[in-house]
Amino acid sequence: MSFSSTNSARWAWGAGLAFLLVAPFIGVYPVFMMTALCFAIFACAFNLLLGFTGLLSFGHAAFMGSAAYATGWLVRSAGWSPELGLLAGTLLAGALGLVVGLIAIRRQGIYFAMVTLAMAQMIYFVCLQVPFTGGEDGLQGVPRGALFGVLPLQSDLVLYYVVVAVFVSVFAAIIRIVHSPYGQVLKAIRENEPRAISLGYDVDRYKLLAFVLSTAIAGLAGALKTLVLGFATLSDVHWSLSGEVVLMTLLGGMGTFAGPVVGALTIIGLQNFLADRVGSWVTVIIGAIFVVCVLAFRKGIVGELLAWQQRRKAR
Amino acid sequence: MKLKKLTAACTLACAALLGAAAPAQAQISGDVIKIGIITDMSSVYADLDGQGGVEAIKMAIADAGGTVAGKKIEVLFADHQNKADIAAAKAREWFDTQGLDMLIGGTNSGTALAMAKVAAEKKKPFIVVGAATSALTNDQCTPYTVHYAYDTVALAKGTGNAVVKAGGKTWYFLQADYAFGAALQNDTSNVVKAAGGTVVGTVKVPLNASDFSSFLLQAQSSKAQILGLANAGGDTINSIKAANEFGVTKTMKLAGLLIFINDIHSLGLKTTQGMYLTDSWYWNKDAEARAWSRKFFEKMKRMPSSLQAADYSATTQYLAAVKATGSDDADKVLAHMRKTKINDVYAKGGYIRDDGRMVHDMYLMQVKTPAQSTEPWDYYNVVETFKGETAWQTKADSKCPLWK
Amino acid sequence: MDIFGIPLQAFLGQLMLGLVNGSFYAMLSLGLAVIFGLLGIVNFAHGALYMIGAYVAWFSLEKLGLNYWFALVLAPLVVGALGALIERTMLKHLYRIDPIYSLLLTFGLALIAEGVFRDQFGVSGQQYEVPELLQGATNLGFMVLPNYRAWVIFASLTICLGTWFVIEKTKLGATLRAGTENPALVQAFGINVPLMVTLTYAGGAALAALAGVLAAPVIQITPLMGSNLIIVVFAVVVIGGMGSILGSILTGVMLGLVEGLTKVFYPEASNIVVFVIMAIVLMVRPAGLFGKEK
Repeated sequence: MSFSSTNSARWAWGAGLAFLLVAPFIGVYPVFMMTALCFAIFACAFNLLLGFTGLLSFGHAAFMGSAAYATGWLVRSAGWSPELGLLAGTLLAGALGLVVGLIAIRRQGIYFAMVTLAMAQMIYFVCLQVPFTGGEDGLQGVPRGALFGVLPLQSDLVLYYVVVAVFVSVFAAIIRIVHSPYGQVLKAIRENEPRAISLGYDVDRYKLLAFVLSTAIAGLAGALKTLVLGFATLSDVHWSLSGEVVLMTLLGGMGTFAGPVVGALTIIGLQNFLADRVGSWVTVIIGAIFVVCVLAFRKGIVGELLAWQQRRKAR
Repeated sequence: MKLKKLTAACTLACAALLGAAAPAQAQISGDVIKIGIITDMSSVYADLDGQGGVEAIKMAIADAGGTVAGKKIEVLFADHQNKADIAAAKAREWFDTQGLDMLIGGTNSGTALAMAKVAAEKKKPFIVVGAATSALTNDQCTPYTVHYAYDTVALAKGTGNAVVKAGGKTWYFLQADYAFGAALQNDTSNVVKAAGGTVVGTVKVPLNASDFSSFLLQAQSSKAQILGLANAGGDTINSIKAANEFGVTKTMKLAGLLIFINDIHSLGLKTTQGMYLTDSWYWNKDAEARAWSRKFFEKMKRMPSSLQAADYSATTQYLAAVKATGSDDADKVLAHMRKTKINDVYAKGGYIRDDGRMVHDMYLMQVKTPAQSTEPWDYYNVVETFKGETAWQTKADSKCPLWK
Repeated sequence: MDIFGIPLQAFLGQLMLGLVNGSFYAMLSLGLAVIFGLLGIVNFAHGALYMIGAYVAWFSLEKLGLNYWFALVLAPLVVGALGALIERTMLKHLYRIDPIYSLLLTFGLALIAEGVFRDQFGVSGQQYEVPELLQGATNLGFMVLPNYRAWVIFASLTICLGTWFVIEKTKLGATLRAGTENPALVQAFGINVPLMVTLTYAGGAALAALAGVLAAPVIQITPLMGSNLIIVVFAVVVIGGMGSILGSILTGVMLGLVEGLTKVFYPEASNIVVFVIMAIVLMVRPAGLFGKEK
């Protein structure tokens, strides 16, 4: 599953990028695409933690949502320009991730997941109570401003390309991280932690750093989403979103690069497409996808595709 | 070679799938007038507006003949599940890709505030029927928001004054913890204090809470005379039920600040008799209302609430304005609506003020005793009518820059 | 008389209500602890099973005319059977792989259940009348306590302690515990371990359903009632120690009381107090208050 190792992989990346670049002109609603890309960034961040480090965080939405609120408030009420707001959101999420990570990293497996869930719930309730978030009404009326003070973002088209640029940068960054020596150690930790410890690696430090990176990028996704939609609400910090990002990663393919992107685009697309038509059944379908994936489709879409490719090569 | 093509084909297929799943770019609504309603269809407020509201709009379209100024009329509806982000995203999507001409806002003040911003940005008319917060015509007023049916100021002035006059001087509030509850509690407190009463305390209850027992206990220990329920829909029903269960009603009187006929229907006359409430319309108040309501009853098997009647009226007035101006241009239509008096089954002599408030009469009603009620849904006696201007926010108290 | 500035009456009243809530927490976390402690499955579907139990009670009253007392027996049986089905068809394939997958599977099942019921019944909820025998209220002096809530306290604590007794103190319980710690060995003794596992999961599900029936007259029966509670119940189990049955019972009751107290002094925080406690406990005693490190 290495990046651009084969021609066919390059083809696929090229096609994907081409699609992203021309999407608004072939009839895709830019706001939908931007929202989907924000969730794709979120899923990629989550995958860094789950797929490449082997840690299941069940409260990741808290980081996305906190950054969403922070950026929203800074841009709306403190008058910050969008790129500073994005930066602030990312850093805040990373800082929160550091705090949560320090508490959670000592625990393994299920306990780790439960701790992250508990901490996320606390963050949720803080967001519910603190006046500036607007509670149930949400933080609204966030202007898009002008990027670096020069590029006005009011136009959906302009903002779309900014979002694509951020997405591609994040994607490339994650690939670099995974392929770096640091990333190799993470892989070792995921596959056999006791071994890694016996080799002398301070696994807790590595895991903590992965956690912080993951939460920071999740924060970037949230902050970006606030700029796109103009508001941040409790849905962004709710634990059901934490569950959804697990599904996006699982469905797309844990531990692959394109997996979370495919998963995010599929789930968001599905929700959008079905919401008007089948209402409550969207939840049922999401649940059913979960069940099917866990029982029969654990590698996810991209994972299965790659495995099938390998099998064909082997013949 | 085959492999490369296959992989690329798969990727493109996925892309195409996503393209199909994603909503398409704006199609100009050229030949169709699209009216949309985004409201709570499945949760706490579903009965007050919800599917019935959609039906009322359809009735208005049918009564207008199905077409206006040569164009077909279509209605879109969506369930915002009481979430501001869903409401705002759906409104934006409809304006951008469906060519929505007019948006009607259903229940839930938080969602209404969110949609008002979107409508103002897209410069399209937004008629709020279900939501209550007076902020919509106050500090959050826009040239495109029309607050049609009722608001928290009117409710406070109506019920608040009536209860204080009847002897309820000390109040304790149970408020729904979001924009609506806060607005209602605030406006009622002001009225109570101005009338010589005192507010002993208030407790904020999460929206859609399932168990009110601990909040009611706090209310009881406050020793206030009146328990003000600054909530609506299912929350009101549950708090009244729990108040009875815990014996709160023996020591305090309940003042339901926002009650609809559906709530009375759920609770029954035995539990609610004698309660005062303020509302903008009652199906049984005159012959015209009765006739329309029976038509509604045939479709929905229950009598319309004031919100559903307001949905009908708002749609009717909008379509009339489109017909008169011959265009679906938002500014022209709104200008016409502002100059035209509203005379239909919902309001007589109503008009839209500069701050977006639709001014019309409000009614103080009292729930009948079981003996007084002659048929199902015959629940109210109209005690007092608040004429036009007296019921609403005054210019002196308003912070809306559009109303000077 | 005032305690920290709050009248004694209000204080005791909130504690009483806290005890009622604590009884629910205890019952629900009991089922969860049984399933996790004995089977190692993080049963995210527990809230959904609780919800289905309540709906079975409602359905049997509305459509079948069977009263509350029937429902107390019927709902656990129906939901227990459902649990057995889930275990047999889906969960048993996941034992050999990472336990995270069983968490995700049960999470998906919970979503399915919630969605189906939402579609059928909407979110507003159904009302369920308190059974005649338990109607009315008793004036305890400091508050008026509806008799039904007193029943809830009594019933849940009895069931909780009864279950604990069976698992920890009887031979059946010992077999159960042995079978899940070392299935191969116990199977060698001729005991049908897979059947035991299925029945254990079904038992946990039945406990959840029972809690649902108890809850039906108190809170609105809505499709979301489970998902609202499940996170808190998980926190309770984690605080108590994920393998400990007694731990989860005691923690459940204690949490109800702490929440009740918080509602008196700082109501807004009453929703997060459980998570604050969980974070503290996990930092100080990682295995939970009564748990053993595995």
